Amino acid sequence: MAETATVPTYRRAGGIGRLLERYPFLPALVIVAALLLLNGFFSPNSLTFRALTGLLSTYMALILLAIAQTYVVYAGDIDLSAGAILSLVNVAIVVLMERWGGGAGAVFLALAIGLLLGLACGLVNGLVVAALRLQAIVATFATSIFFTGLALYILPVAGTPAPALFWRTYGGRLFGVPFVFYILAALVILLAVMSRTRLVTQLLAVGDDQQAAYQTGLPVIATRIKGYVLCGLFSALAAFCITGDTASGDPLVGGKMTLYSVAAVVLGGSALSGGWGTVVGSLLGALTIGLINSVVFFMGTPSEWQNFVQGLAILLVLMAGVLAGRRARS
Amino acid sequence: MSRVVSFVRQPIVVALVLIVLLLYLGEALSPGFATGGQILRLLIVASLLGIVAAGQNVVILGGREGIDLSVGGVVSLSAILAGNVMNGADGGILPAVAACLAAGAFFGLLNGLGVTLLRIPPLVKTLGMLGVLQGLLVVIRMGIPSGQAAPALSRFVTQPLAYGIPGIIWLWIVIGILLALMLNRTVFGHRIYAIGSNEHAAYMAGVPVKLVRIALFMISGMFAATAGLCLLGYSGTSFANVGEQYMLPSIIAVVFGGTSLAGGKGGYTGTMAGAVLLVILQSILTTINIEESGRQMVFGATLLLLMMFYGRGRAMRA
Repeated sequence: MAETATVPTYRRAGGIGRLLERYPFLPALVIVAALLLLNGFFSPNSLTFRALTGLLSTYMALILLAIAQTYVVYAGDIDLSAGAILSLVNVAIVVLMERWGGGAGAVFLALAIGLLLGLACGLVNGLVVAALRLQAIVATFATSIFFTGLALYILPVAGTPAPALFWRTYGGRLFGVPFVFYILAALVILLAVMSRTRLVTQLLAVGDDQQAAYQTGLPVIATRIKGYVLCGLFSALAAFCITGDTASGDPLVGGKMTLYSVAAVVLGGSALSGGWGTVVGSLLGALTIGLINSVVFFMGTPSEWQNFVQGLAILLVLMAGVLAGRRARS
Repeated sequence: MSRVVSFVRQPIVVALVLIVLLLYLGEALSPGFATGGQILRLLIVASLLGIVAAGQNVVILGGREGIDLSVGGVVSLSAILAGNVMNGADGGILPAVAACLAAGAFFGLLNGLGVTLLRIPPLVKTLGMLGVLQGLLVVIRMGIPSGQAAPALSRFVTQPLAYGIPGIIWLWIVIGILLALMLNRTVFGHRIYAIGSNEHAAYMAGVPVKLVRIALFMISGMFAATAGLCLLGYSGTSFANVGEQYMLPSIIAVVFGGTSLAGGKGGYTGTMAGAVLLVILQSILTTINIEESGRQMVFGATLLLLMMFYGRGRAMRA
């Protein structure tokens, strides 16, 4: 029989190729390390524990949003409403916490409702993209307009403060260790557990070849919906972090973050066409964006040139991310 | 009967029917909405979006996940560039046009080179370019004042030119006719459809795939630059990031016009109807007296509803 002849052909890639194949986020890690060194070179103070904690607490929201985006990108989809979901959850929890008095009970209840809200938004996205078969880019742009409207309805102008209990915890320490490190540790464990779940494998299978996944009996529509739900949930977690960082509600806070989350996913070496990628890469990608901003600042770039240099650096690492990702897959 | 059904289901017919319905709705909600003067005003706004969407349209037709997110940045950059070059003087219009088109073509060329030579996905490449352009805007704005539109340019965009219709609408009509001719009657046009529907087959048939794709991104940059120039004439002065509002709506106009995001299928005539549809919808929402939040929710929900008519993906089959 002809089929038996197709034994798996082993790659004759060199050492680098094999390393990239096993650890696809390696280029992102190298870039992050290089940027950290550059940061330290231009401003030794930026490598202190304190400065790194600050960097992490500022960019934790983008890290979570990039991870949210990764799960839909796994399946070959995209979510342009992730930032709007973040804004919506941000204003919802801030308003609820304030209304319920800002105690510990109020905070936990508000966070639970925030998660439910993220889940609901993700479900809406999943239904319009996977079940109604609308094109992901335009459909999630439409839902992002809707979610932003909802956020503006809850809080028309930015400014309602978050209760002190909430942001003091986020920015504070627990047993002498900054709280963000507990978040990071919990996140790493969560991602490790998630990466072993059937859902992630199914998402990747759907992204790799939707038709083949369908023909092997995978519930393609349900899987894509679950991807969007995961994205909504992680966007809600990102909203918690931005609320802790800014200590206030802002109905437009996430608008600019959506495209950065897509960029972070690409920086991490994941393929936007789906079927291939890592969440660790996206985490590093989000850090890369944060570190680029910080390097450009510490380099002493004139203020009017900062945005341009940041944009150029991000464009270059984006291209590097794509090329490295392709090398790993080839 | 089936011929009637397939005619009615054509995207451009759907868009035109919806446009008429929305005009009636607008007139019912606020009398005076559908008068001649108002419709002309709507068409001016639609032509700005439509010209951006022209470039978006050809890039999308070229396939391979073709999309141009940098148009928002090019529109803003061109508006500021034009304002500085002409600085309120009619004599500066021609140099401004040349400078804007050159800038649009240049950034389009960079996009095209990245997409073809390095095979960076268009979404990634143009997203990165958008960041660069937004940075460039800050540099230009800090360095020199943002400039004024020349009176002749403002007249061209806002005042009647011939038969009571402003010059920009004539320009849009000419662009529409030229693009329809280009897409349907020229070798280049056929090559766009060829690489959009099957790049490999087109390559085997001798189509210079890379050159065509680079040209598409340059065309997109030049159309975005043209829109930026007209936008300057429309608003009188250029201000920060005016172009961003055209980035994703230009894609929606293309989709409402019946062009598939997968490439290789569609045309510009439908996109023109899509742009008008989108602008009328936004305009109706601004005439109704509701909060901004409600307006956005209705707009988002209506967009989703309209998308139900257009280019839904195929159901999975074994």
